[in-house]
Amino acid sequence: MATQNATAGAVNQPQESERQHLPLGSVARDVSAPIFSSTPLWWWIGFFISGGLLAVFTVTLGAISVIGVGLWDINNPVVWGVGIINLIFWIGIGHAGTFISAVLLLLRQKWRSAFSRFAEGMTLMAVAVAGLMPIFHAGRPWFVYWLLPYPNTLGLNPQWTSALVWDVVAISTYGLVSLLFWYIDLLPDFAIMRDKSQTKFAKVTYGILSFGWRGESKQWHMLHKVSYLLAALATPLVISVHSIVGLDFAMGNLPAWHHTIFPPYFVAGAVFSGFSMVIIVAIALRNQFGWQHLITQRHIDFAAKFVLGTGMLVGYGYLIEAFGAWYAGHPGEIIATNGRMFGPTAPLYWAMIFFNVGAIQLLWFKSVRENHALLIAICIGVLIGMWLERYVIIAVGLNYGHMVAMQEAWIPTVFDWLTIISPFGLFGTLFFLFIRFFPALPMFEVQEIGYEEGWR
Amino acid sequence: MSNVNRMSNVTLTSENDMPVMNTPIEEKRWETLDDFINDPDFEQVMEEKYPREASVMRRSGMNRRQFMQLMGASVAMGGLVLSGCAPSRPEQEEIIPYVRQPEEIVPGTPLYFSTAMTLGGYVTGAVLETHEGRPHRIEGNENHPASKGGASAMLLSTVLELYNPNRNTAVYERTDASAADPEDQYSVSTLAAFQEAMAASKANWGDGSGVAILTQLSSSPSMQAEVEFLQETYPNAQWFQYDPVARTPVNDGARLAFGDVVNTMYDFTQADVILSLDSDFLMDMPGSVAYAADFSEKRRVRMDKQNTSRLYAVTSSQTNTSSVSDHALPMRAADVEAFTLALASALGADGGSGEFSEAASAFGAAVVEDLQSAGANAVVVPGEGQSAVVHALAHAINAALGAVDTTVMYTDSPLTNTTNALEQLSNLIGVSGGLEALIIIDGNPVHDAPADVNIASAISTVPFSVHLSLYRNETSYEATWQVPLAHFIETWGDGRAFDGTASVIQPPIGALYSTAIGPLEIVAMMADDERSAFEIVRDYWEGELASSDFATDWRRFLELGVIEGTAFDTTSPSLSGSLASDIEAAVSTPADGLEVVIRVDPLIWDGRFSNNPWLQELPNPITKIAWDTVAMMSEATADEISARDGEIIDITVGNNTMQAPAWVMPKHPDDSITVMLGYGQGISPELDEDLRFDAYAIRTSDALYGTAGISAEGTGRNYELALVQKNMDPFDTEPVRMKTLDAFIADPDGVQKDKYDGNFLPGFEYTGNAWGMSIDLTTCIGCNACMVACQSENTIPTIGKSEVLQERDMHWIRVDTLYIEDGDQTGFMPVPCMHCENAPCEQVCPVQATVHDHEGINNMVYNRCVGTRYCSANCPYGVRRFNYLDYTDDTLILQEQRNPDVSVRVRGVMEKCTYCWQRINAGRVLQAVTDEPIPDGAVLTACQTACPANAIVFGNINDEASAVRAEKSEPHSYSVLDDILNTKPRTTYLAKIFNPNPALYEAQADESAESEEE
Repeated sequence: MATQNATAGAVNQPQESERQHLPLGSVARDVSAPIFSSTPLWWWIGFFISGGLLAVFTVTLGAISVIGVGLWDINNPVVWGVGIINLIFWIGIGHAGTFISAVLLLLRQKWRSAFSRFAEGMTLMAVAVAGLMPIFHAGRPWFVYWLLPYPNTLGLNPQWTSALVWDVVAISTYGLVSLLFWYIDLLPDFAIMRDKSQTKFAKVTYGILSFGWRGESKQWHMLHKVSYLLAALATPLVISVHSIVGLDFAMGNLPAWHHTIFPPYFVAGAVFSGFSMVIIVAIALRNQFGWQHLITQRHIDFAAKFVLGTGMLVGYGYLIEAFGAWYAGHPGEIIATNGRMFGPTAPLYWAMIFFNVGAIQLLWFKSVRENHALLIAICIGVLIGMWLERYVIIAVGLNYGHMVAMQEAWIPTVFDWLTIISPFGLFGTLFFLFIRFFPALPMFEVQEIGYEEGWR
Repeated sequence: MSNVNRMSNVTLTSENDMPVMNTPIEEKRWETLDDFINDPDFEQVMEEKYPREASVMRRSGMNRRQFMQLMGASVAMGGLVLSGCAPSRPEQEEIIPYVRQPEEIVPGTPLYFSTAMTLGGYVTGAVLETHEGRPHRIEGNENHPASKGGASAMLLSTVLELYNPNRNTAVYERTDASAADPEDQYSVSTLAAFQEAMAASKANWGDGSGVAILTQLSSSPSMQAEVEFLQETYPNAQWFQYDPVARTPVNDGARLAFGDVVNTMYDFTQADVILSLDSDFLMDMPGSVAYAADFSEKRRVRMDKQNTSRLYAVTSSQTNTSSVSDHALPMRAADVEAFTLALASALGADGGSGEFSEAASAFGAAVVEDLQSAGANAVVVPGEGQSAVVHALAHAINAALGAVDTTVMYTDSPLTNTTNALEQLSNLIGVSGGLEALIIIDGNPVHDAPADVNIASAISTVPFSVHLSLYRNETSYEATWQVPLAHFIETWGDGRAFDGTASVIQPPIGALYSTAIGPLEIVAMMADDERSAFEIVRDYWEGELASSDFATDWRRFLELGVIEGTAFDTTSPSLSGSLASDIEAAVSTPADGLEVVIRVDPLIWDGRFSNNPWLQELPNPITKIAWDTVAMMSEATADEISARDGEIIDITVGNNTMQAPAWVMPKHPDDSITVMLGYGQGISPELDEDLRFDAYAIRTSDALYGTAGISAEGTGRNYELALVQKNMDPFDTEPVRMKTLDAFIADPDGVQKDKYDGNFLPGFEYTGNAWGMSIDLTTCIGCNACMVACQSENTIPTIGKSEVLQERDMHWIRVDTLYIEDGDQTGFMPVPCMHCENAPCEQVCPVQATVHDHEGINNMVYNRCVGTRYCSANCPYGVRRFNYLDYTDDTLILQEQRNPDVSVRVRGVMEKCTYCWQRINAGRVLQAVTDEPIPDGAVLTACQTACPANAIVFGNINDEASAVRAEKSEPHSYSVLDDILNTKPRTTYLAKIFNPNPALYEAQADESAESEEE
């Protein structure tokens, strides 16, 4: 049990007043209510929009693999386009989940429990989207398994010096650990669902999913051990996944890519965009399910401060990049920096600066953090800004290589737009299914905290 | 025609799968013979695909079913129905099965045949590489004076012309002149029917005044002999020759200076100071390929060769020649005459008058001083499009300098008829009313005659007219018959080079289409000459040379590709006594204001190659635009007519207007617009829409190369141009390093930078062969020949304008154009794969699809590539090319061109320069067979053999005696980016060493320093 940490956690806990008089059992009731009640109309609307987009996504990827990656606007200097931009964007979205569940668990930040379940779910869905991107971005996706070190008659291994192979290892490990972590935490909640279910089908299904959880103290003990163990495993992964994705670029010799700052700067950017996504989803869930008492303003406030903090780190990254180019005096880097700031795609660079550095400064003000409409607008801005950041690094960066004769701007085609928008279909579909059938907040953890705080 | 293929009949046995490409019928498959017989298109199919069988059917009056019964559904129909691609071929007396290997043919080993290409009447020697009888590649012939081993991009791409699916493959007869659509006026006929029709027409030819032949300019002695043979039967039969680019001002200038046409040749190896008067002598003269070799030989700078020439260029637009010049002075083409007059006056030549204009004075004074001090080793080269006066003055100036017989040589003209082409065309129009028959061989005069010459109506008045042509073009649709022309690779012929040297045009393959006939064959048909083209050519030379052992000599001529000793002797024409007064009378005062300059396109020429995708996909060497032409102008002129880059402008000359997209070029004179010929052909099945920027529309007889006093205005309509290289400003990166000759002599190592060297590990030791390349940026003239050579050698697909617009061009070697020294100098930089010893691409490929071998070649394993493109992202030189879509054109006939030694790449894999790996492998085989090291020069890359300037040297750098090793030991040999990256490229460059006039150069430097301060 985590009682020994109660004092430490109390500092960061939501204000007593907000939860004080909740009856203990109401948490499970409120969280499971959406699952047992009839499906609301807004869910159907959301699900069908997402499903439609998912269909578009399927057709898009189908066309890309049947006709060729040439459907995207990629060309000879700019060989990486929307596929890789999306990969990094989506991996970044996923980051907040692991960060909240692992790092904050280790740091005993108990307020995390309000976010952890759906944020981890988001991680898995985002990794699923991200994982598809590099596969279909390859010229011959049907051979992508060659990147895996599988036994074969040719005795060929992947090439370990390639950052792409590190990517494969990093992302698949990350996906796997996230899935385990998420599922272990779901066990007690599935058991609650099993016990609350009215139909036989639901009882059996949740029963199977709960793996025979009976709430014995031995099971609780093991659960906590495993949680902390996985948290300890996942914490370095939070850093490593995006660092390694950052190394894809930092290892390259392209003037715009060859920076040692990339790994930390990528991690900060990922947490930045991840927390923005968490805020958007949290506010939506809170309003739709009436969970204002579970996801409190205090939680939103913390998340917004995280966005501000990581945003400042990202801003620092931009500054160092520009400074580095000037300080190194490397003509290639100066061309690349000038190109991104003042070249034909400069408006997109400045849009990125506006969203990622400028707009978030409003979060210094408490009134802004409390104004949820404005907060969502800022967070959507951050998502756009972070997508643009990857665009600026990859597409604009590739444009300004060492050979000045090979410059070519990237202008999105229909398929680029489809690939930018339609992955939200896969993400959304999975997410709507998740909130319909899975407890979106960790019931047992919230109850545990409540109990420690004296709820009865 | 039975012996046409004497040289090649053995090889033809492997040709029996040659498909006939044609439009809709190919799609069709008949399940049974009855289906085919009942097919409404039966007769058309028969005529188009099996013309010989069809003519049997027609003559015998059989119906379809009888015919089929007769043919038997056995062999012929089996081929017909199932494969649908066995063409009838000319009757071959000798069929040798491959059961016993034919002599000389070793499967997998190419055979080489010498031949020659005719352009503008002059031939350039070439060598065709054939694999099992299939020509797959053409390159220059080192024995030939007009090639010296090099080739132009046009010559190199003619092999694709042979296999062009757009070629006309059937004989068409005009059967319904009233149909509205020209296509409907014609129906498929046969060669036999055509022959019958000609025989019928002959009854009306009388003494020959009823018949005329129109060909392109010709230097072919056999053709002349055959026409003379024809004239034995029809004494008054006439032969006219016309080419749109026919050197009219050159000839007129010679007439003005010497009273008669002479052939002027230059020797740039002897020239210390060269002045180009708006001349692009490296690209657009009959001897340009040889001139490029000579010029480069002189320009080459090494530690032990430090004398070079100095090239001044007065230029009305940027050209390859002006780009490699040491000093270029942009000047309106119309003002060059005044400049030349002043120059002649300053040099004391006949006919000179006046002073240099203010803008040209410093340049002019420097030129005068330099020319005078060089004396006999100076040369003034007038431009092909400049006026007769400029040409005459140039003759006078060269004479005054004493350059004649040193740098300038005169001979008789190699052409069979030196009457101006346009005059011949008007003569034809004059007699056309009385003609019964007109035989037009090749060319497209209806399209490319000047706007004020109406040849179309002249042709259409003739009752029996035929156009022999590779493609059905505008002229074809004025003729009553359209007959496919045999490509020069398919039929015998001969011709003379710019110095008079004769070559036999030897076809290593028979006609791909049985309907196609060659120029000599149709004249023989007219003359009822039973001989084949082969016999005509051989008989002529047997008679002409009167050699004791002609059979042996003939064999040697064919092997060498030249008939030795046929170069013309130099003559010493004397300047006309009345030159000064004649020039004074001929001098014209150009109109002020805007002028238009009409130039020949360096790749498409006069338009004849516009149907060649290789040439279309090459970026123009100067503008870097592929698939289109533009109207070049200076920024000030563009402002004046308020046109943006890419905006279609109307250029109006008198009553004629043409359209072209505007394009701002640096170093272009103000008040001048340069347009190129060649992009106006309407009837090219696939390429038409983008090809209608028709400079012929404003070309008139009195202003063949442009005129002043025109108007131009923007139309507001924008046109998308496939610009291959968008940035030409190297900023501080210095991919092309350059030094003046003086600076090089003072400090040979001056181009070297501090090398980045950060290896922790010892490198691999290359103990065997170590392949490397050195490219001399001083001698590269940016002609793009290497790009086409590479394309034909390595089966590189063409991807079309839309994909070039996406910047996905597949050329394994590209030529970057960079403006350096504030734009005063142009650097042409061929960029193949660098084959870095420490290759960044290899380290990032996740599947080891790109790996190094023990001889230092960076190999691309297509089968292993999954297409992540990380290698390309990490290639600092941008040389990797990706198959974004399925670019391989599987059109059957085009497959015939592919190099059997090179893999065809699938969609989704990376490719790049392999240093012509297949040729290295051939070297390895040689090494294994002889058990001796591969001799230097045994392995040459395709780009190297093509380069007219010999700027590319390839070989084994471990061989101490190799040429490439010597090049790499020069002090000015450098690796690109060696100051930033530790890639250790195997491809290195020799810095561009130019030789400016010190006085002018300092003035320029002061000027640019001043403008920077501003």
